[in-house]
Amino acid sequence: MGYGKEYQVIVVGAGHAGCEAALAAARMGCTTLLLTMNLDAVAQMSCNPSIGGLGKGHLVHEIDALGGEMGINIDHTGIQFRRLNMRKGPAVRAGRAQADRMAYSARMKVVVETEKNLDLKQGVVEELIVENNKVGGVRTREGIDFLARTVVLTTGTFMRGLIHVGMNSYPGGRAGEPSAENLSQSLRSLGFTVGRLKTGTPARLSAKTIDFSRLERQPGDETIRPFSFTTDKIDRSQVVCHIAHTNEKTHDIIRRNIHKSPLYAGVIEGIGPRYCPSIEDKVVRFPDKSSHQSFVEPEGVSGTEMYPSGLSTSLPADVQLQYFRSMLGFEHVEIMRPGYAIEYDFVEPRQIRPTLETRDVGGLFHAGQINGTSGYEEAAGQGLLAGINAALQCLEKEPLIISRDQGYLGVMIDDLVTRETTEPYRMFTSRAEYRLLLREDNADIRLTEVGRMIGLVSDQRWRLYENKRSQMNEAIEVVKLTLITNKNRDLCQKLNLGELKSGVTLEQLIKRPGISIGQIRQELDVFNDIPDSVLEQVEIAIKYDGYIARQREQVERFTEHEKIIIPDDVDYDAVASLSAEVREKLKKFQPVSLGQAGRIQGVTPAAVAVLNVYLRKKSRERQTEKRS
Amino acid sequence: MANNKDTIIAPATAVGNSGIAIVRISGERALSFLQTYFRNNKKHIKLDSHRLYLGRLFDVADLVIDEVMVVYMSPPGTYTCEPVVEIHCHGSRQIVRKILELAQSHHIRLAQPGEFTYRAYLNGRIDLIQAEAVSRLIHSSTDLSRKSALQQLDGLLSRQLHYFSSTVKQVLVYIEAWIDFPEEVLPEENIQQITDSISHIYRQMNDLASTYKKGQYVHSGATVALAGLPNAGKSSLMNALLQQERSIVSSIPGTTRDTIEQSFQLEGIEIRLVDTAGLRSSDDFVEQEGVRRAKAALSHADVVLLVLDGSVTLSDQFADIVSSYRGTTSVLIINKTDIMSHEPDLRFYDGPVVRVSAKHGDGISELKDKIVSLLLQDYLPGAEPSYLTEQRHYEALVAATSHLDNFLGNINDVELDLLSIDLRDCLQSLASITGEVSSEAVLDEIFSSFCIGK
Ligand SMILES: Cc1cc2nc3c(=O)[nH]c(=O)nc-3n(C[C@H](O)[C@H](O)[C@H](O)COP(=O)(O)OP(=O)(O)OC[C@H]3O[C@@H](n4cnc5c(N)ncnc54)[C@H](O)[C@@H]3O)c2cc1C
Ligand SMILES: Nc1nc2c(ncn2[C@@H]2O[C@H](COP(=O)(O)OP(=O)(O)OP(=O)(O)O)[C@@H](O)[C@H]2O)c(=O)[nH]1
Ligand SMILES: [Mg+2]
Repeated sequence: MGYGKEYQVIVVGAGHAGCEAALAAARMGCTTLLLTMNLDAVAQMSCNPSIGGLGKGHLVHEIDALGGEMGINIDHTGIQFRRLNMRKGPAVRAGRAQADRMAYSARMKVVVETEKNLDLKQGVVEELIVENNKVGGVRTREGIDFLARTVVLTTGTFMRGLIHVGMNSYPGGRAGEPSAENLSQSLRSLGFTVGRLKTGTPARLSAKTIDFSRLERQPGDETIRPFSFTTDKIDRSQVVCHIAHTNEKTHDIIRRNIHKSPLYAGVIEGIGPRYCPSIEDKVVRFPDKSSHQSFVEPEGVSGTEMYPSGLSTSLPADVQLQYFRSMLGFEHVEIMRPGYAIEYDFVEPRQIRPTLETRDVGGLFHAGQINGTSGYEEAAGQGLLAGINAALQCLEKEPLIISRDQGYLGVMIDDLVTRETTEPYRMFTSRAEYRLLLREDNADIRLTEVGRMIGLVSDQRWRLYENKRSQMNEAIEVVKLTLITNKNRDLCQKLNLGELKSGVTLEQLIKRPGISIGQIRQELDVFNDIPDSVLEQVEIAIKYDGYIARQREQVERFTEHEKIIIPDDVDYDAVASLSAEVREKLKKFQPVSLGQAGRIQGVTPAAVAVLNVYLRKKSRERQTEKRS
Repeated sequence: MANNKDTIIAPATAVGNSGIAIVRISGERALSFLQTYFRNNKKHIKLDSHRLYLGRLFDVADLVIDEVMVVYMSPPGTYTCEPVVEIHCHGSRQIVRKILELAQSHHIRLAQPGEFTYRAYLNGRIDLIQAEAVSRLIHSSTDLSRKSALQQLDGLLSRQLHYFSSTVKQVLVYIEAWIDFPEEVLPEENIQQITDSISHIYRQMNDLASTYKKGQYVHSGATVALAGLPNAGKSSLMNALLQQERSIVSSIPGTTRDTIEQSFQLEGIEIRLVDTAGLRSSDDFVEQEGVRRAKAALSHADVVLLVLDGSVTLSDQFADIVSSYRGTTSVLIINKTDIMSHEPDLRFYDGPVVRVSAKHGDGISELKDKIVSLLLQDYLPGAEPSYLTEQRHYEALVAATSHLDNFLGNINDVELDLLSIDLRDCLQSLASITGEVSSEAVLDEIFSSFCIGK
């Protein structure tokens, strides 16, 4: 049964990836359909109700700079904001915000359903329509065929989702929601390699049964730094979080009941993330630790559900209650929803290109948890890029690929296509080799122009950006030209400058350790109304000038091999003197560039050189053919 | 293979004891290297392409490295299609080593095996049929060098280098954990502790790097040359050390004319001993030539033995000779102690002094000990010595050390993130010997050492 209307882009799943994908495609002018199982769970936070953190906050800023929605949405619905790592270096400062979970979801739904060119519909996709290795649309459970030139799959944890609470297990995509049972079979029959991963979430607790007076308070920041470059400022009263601790008694209870955990009983086959172990895992693997900490975070401003971080579990509900009650402040706690583990199907991401389009089915894109990642920000970032590239394909334009030196988005996707997925992939700043260049504060400088070019950056955002650039230039000029001598007595005294013989420029002063541009602003009226955020960027550029130059040099070396493209039809068997092992790796991952080939584990520098020689030879042969 | 934009250098002839060695440079910095360090009659000269020039190569301290012939070849008519420079120098390991070191100070790096040919191919110089041969070359030569590197790295040296890299990695693991997991319960940030562990290996790395020269001696031998006035007993000493009548001995001053070389083994080191003409000004053409050759040989020696005739009064000429070899490793030998009447006043010399009688063999074994200990300064017989002998390893270690130097210099002024850059660069430098440490490996270590999880 056809549906009549034909779309350019269909996005399956209105999670964090799906919403960004659909919004991007629609905003780029494509008629777009967003199909999801349940219209009351758009952009649902399945786990921790928070956005940002190390690496993740960076992703949100990049999504925002490209014209995505996540940053704006959390700025509207955040209830506690904190900036982490203020003293560990400019590139590793990261924003993190608690969200009002329901408000976050509700606002995103409104944004999606009011977007021009975008239809939001409820429906369960069972099958892909594919002809001649080209996607043509999707078929729903009701038997409706929705046709489109491109399809973006963002199915999250739903494909053959299996929820475990103790030894009980039942199909489900997330607590309270059904799984999508047939779609992954459709993918398998198209030839995709599908694997299985696992993750988990803690119980949600009732606030009225917790004695907060016995827990440590954790307030948010005084001044809030927004996630979106378009948000001027956020004046909102913030909620307080609390810190609770497990103790030996808690651990005893867990140890005594460990056999009831499906993980330890061998019932769960999917692989869970090492950075997100369940509490039973922590207790078993680190027996010497007598206590683990947990942030107790409200899920909203009005409700009473509390999220106790770090305590995800698959133990039976009665054991969960028992160990919570052994903790200080939780003596009379009531569980509102039990914690659980979930296993789900994902599609091995080496089968996608850096554009997120699958290799084998033209027009089909994968984004989010389906690619073996974990986390809202990771999902949203991929969704945005998949939506962009689906739209670009419909518009018959060149695809967009973000490189490793341009953003965490680039690092993430490059990692996905060059690495074996051995656990759910999460972003960490240590994954970025050019970390100092990829900061939250300069995400707009790195990516706004890209967003503008593809048509996602609005006029308003563009004006803000141009304004910021000119303010930066202005500030740099001031800093380079302002000379400080001993006549600036107040400043000299405050900063303990001592004798300044022939005077120093502000730039030279800022270079000195321990002197900040903020201190200078307090004493010297030279920066007019240039905002602090701009000054911060100028300060970083000056203070870390040497390190930044070094990283840029490294980037230059890095890009050399990135520019050497490996054509799709390369025949690795024809490349003499590659070892069988290397050859097999190259065939498996099909790198798009020589640089990417070198990042595949097991591909040696010598193999890269040999490949380089071969590619050169081929391209010369082709040129000679053309000429004759 | 590493970056193709770097300028690279490598000996183009086997460096052994042949008379002439050729060192080849390819890349953008090739010409500026010559313009900086090559001079003809004290003057920098304009170097036309494809022409041979005679002159001298000076080091950064403006000391002559060697008399050389150089040719500059401008692209594209060169082997690699890049600017190429060839330096023809004397065939001694010491000279070639000095030139390679000088180039590195000029940001020219040591070429990898096969890299010149590799570039020649990439730049379209070699035709298609040869491409496969290039691949094979790259493979076999890297495999070969890897094998020999592995062989060499067996044992203590390998353990030491891995220890350095794992210590740096361990510190990096802490720093990355502090950065990426600010909300986790981790060991407290302790800058003093990481400073201590890095300073500790920094010292050891420096020590190991300084064994490079010694390692070279063990590996490829050392040159020891005799210097002194005529009749001081140089030839007698040569024969005494060799235990063989190699040089002609006579009471006529000026007996030895041409340099005479003979190798012998000393504690496992191959020593090339060189007897020379007595140093004095003379009208005799042959003797003049002998003196010129003597000076040339002495300037390439690793150790100079300054032989003093103890039976005659100390002359200014001898003091002049001593002062002209200041800065070179040397031993002052007071010879003819059997007929010496009084102690010479040696306040003008601050190196080691050994008393011998070449004629009767007194003090010879003491002299041998002295030579060995000078070559292998802290050599302890019995202990398993670990020496760096490969230029490549040396270079990697020096680069790695310089990153730690940065790290230690900045540790109190900059934040953790910046410090991690120096540590990563250090690991990158060591990677050519110990293998890459990927960011994945650092994360692995974080997850297995600390209990992390939200
Ligand atoms: C129990 C649990 C614990 C988690 N723990 C963590 C954690 O600790 N840390 C962390 O970073 N992340 C965690 N996550 C992951 C995080 O929720 C996801 O990474 C993120 O939501 C993925 O976004 P997504 O857009 O890919 O998918 P989702 O947000 O899961 O959205 C998928 C959407 O697709 C829809 N859908 C699926 N299949 C179909 C279909 N066939 N037809 C129509 N619609 C369909 C669903 O209804 C849903 O709306 C957890 C998730 C769960 C469920
Ligand atoms: N008594 C004594 N005579 C020595 C000793 N060493 C050398 N002579 C004598 O000193 C003279 C010169 O010795 P040579 O070894 O030829 O000296 P040289 O330094 O090689 O001289 P030139 O080759 O002429 O520069 C010879 O007659 C030796 O026998 C010594 O230790 N004791
Ligand atoms: Mg003699």
